Amino acid sequence: MRRTLVLVAGALAIGAEPSAWAHAFLDHASPAVGSSVPASPPVVTLWFTQDLEPAFSGVTVTDEAGQRVDLGKAQIPQGSPDELQIGLKPLTPGTYLVSWHVVSVDTHPTEGTFTFEIKP
Amino acid sequence: MFRSYTDARARFALAAALTALPAGSPLAHGFAGQRFFPATILTDDPFVADEMSLPQVTVNPPGPDGSRETDIQIDLSKRITPDIGVTIRDQWQRLKPTGLPAVTGLGALQTGAQYQLFVNGPHEALGLVGLNATWAHTGRVQALGAPDFTTLSPTFDFGKGLGDLPRSLPYLRPFAITGNLGFDFPTKVESAGLPNPNTFNYGFAFEYSFPYLQCCVKDIGLRAPFNRLIPLVEVAFTTPINRVSASQTVGTIQPGVIWAGPYFQIGAEAILPATRLTGHGYGGVVQFHVYLDDLFPHSIGRPISEWW
Repeated sequence: MRRTLVLVAGALAIGAEPSAWAHAFLDHASPAVGSSVPASPPVVTLWFTQDLEPAFSGVTVTDEAGQRVDLGKAQIPQGSPDELQIGLKPLTPGTYLVSWHVVSVDTHPTEGTFTFEIKP
Repeated sequence: MFRSYTDARARFALAAALTALPAGSPLAHGFAGQRFFPATILTDDPFVADEMSLPQVTVNPPGPDGSRETDIQIDLSKRITPDIGVTIRDQWQRLKPTGLPAVTGLGALQTGAQYQLFVNGPHEALGLVGLNATWAHTGRVQALGAPDFTTLSPTFDFGKGLGDLPRSLPYLRPFAITGNLGFDFPTKVESAGLPNPNTFNYGFAFEYSFPYLQCCVKDIGLRAPFNRLIPLVEVAFTTPINRVSASQTVGTIQPGVIWAGPYFQIGAEAILPATRLTGHGYGGVVQFHVYLDDLFPHSIGRPISEWW
């Protein structure tokens, strides 16, 4: 048994591919997930646990009526490949839904939604 | 390697791979929409996967006769296609009967074939059907009680996250349940003068996902390692449906926690006997479980149908 474990662990170690590859989970966001903020933020920024593939990653922000309130094109800032950012129109008080879908650099897709609120 | 992957040829390959993905593909381990289901320890997972438990160490509660059993198990799941998978499992056992010397050896080899029935992202639901086989004469039959007969076990496994609850119930949304319903059909009605009953097997895992709470409900400020914890309680029972009394139900209740990282997860659970026939006292299990699809995304972590 011990020999088997050593052999398998060795095979894993030898065959291991670069450590920057895995599913990309949302690590944190600004405005924070489920938070209330006093004023309209100029952008929504999402930080992920892995680097993203820009061509297949996006985010939208909608109001309670389902109307988009973002400026249209999400961007991955230069030098921050694990970050996704989208500009916002000036927002009025209310609850807003952030919907994201990303593909990590190993082709694994993930997606998610969360809300934030702008206080009256 | 990351930089080289951004060249034009790699982008074309990536685009082709993404285009070729079937709708609702689970894409290895347990994703349904924004819900991540960890691999549970006691109950089978409701998704095909490229994963391996290496090892799982179980110290069982004392049996009704006071015997003690310790198991070291290896478990491999491999996708053949995005929706079809196979599993193989074996374990080394140490059995210490009361007043007798301990015996050791391999338990019975178990294999399985699985088909992913559905993945519903918006409702965070998964369904899988499988046929498992526990093979005769693949373990130490006389010394350890490994079977001298093959058992066939059809199963239905499911998972459901509660993320589709109204957002007015925020702290219920991280809950999820997975479960198994299945039967064991031994191919031999008795062994050594004792009956081998057909059995009904049912088990459930009740999970509360801190990763889900953080990513999709409310960031309460949890940071590593607590933001990747999934507390859970697993229960599983086996009830005879013929040849012996149904009162001979055995089962365990296993509260514990799983830490799920990007490449592997670690889980630990206490084992509490749920019936007198199961045993008494308590035991424990720990598991180290790796995600082969994340460790080897361009080779053995992909379904075999995508190797060429």
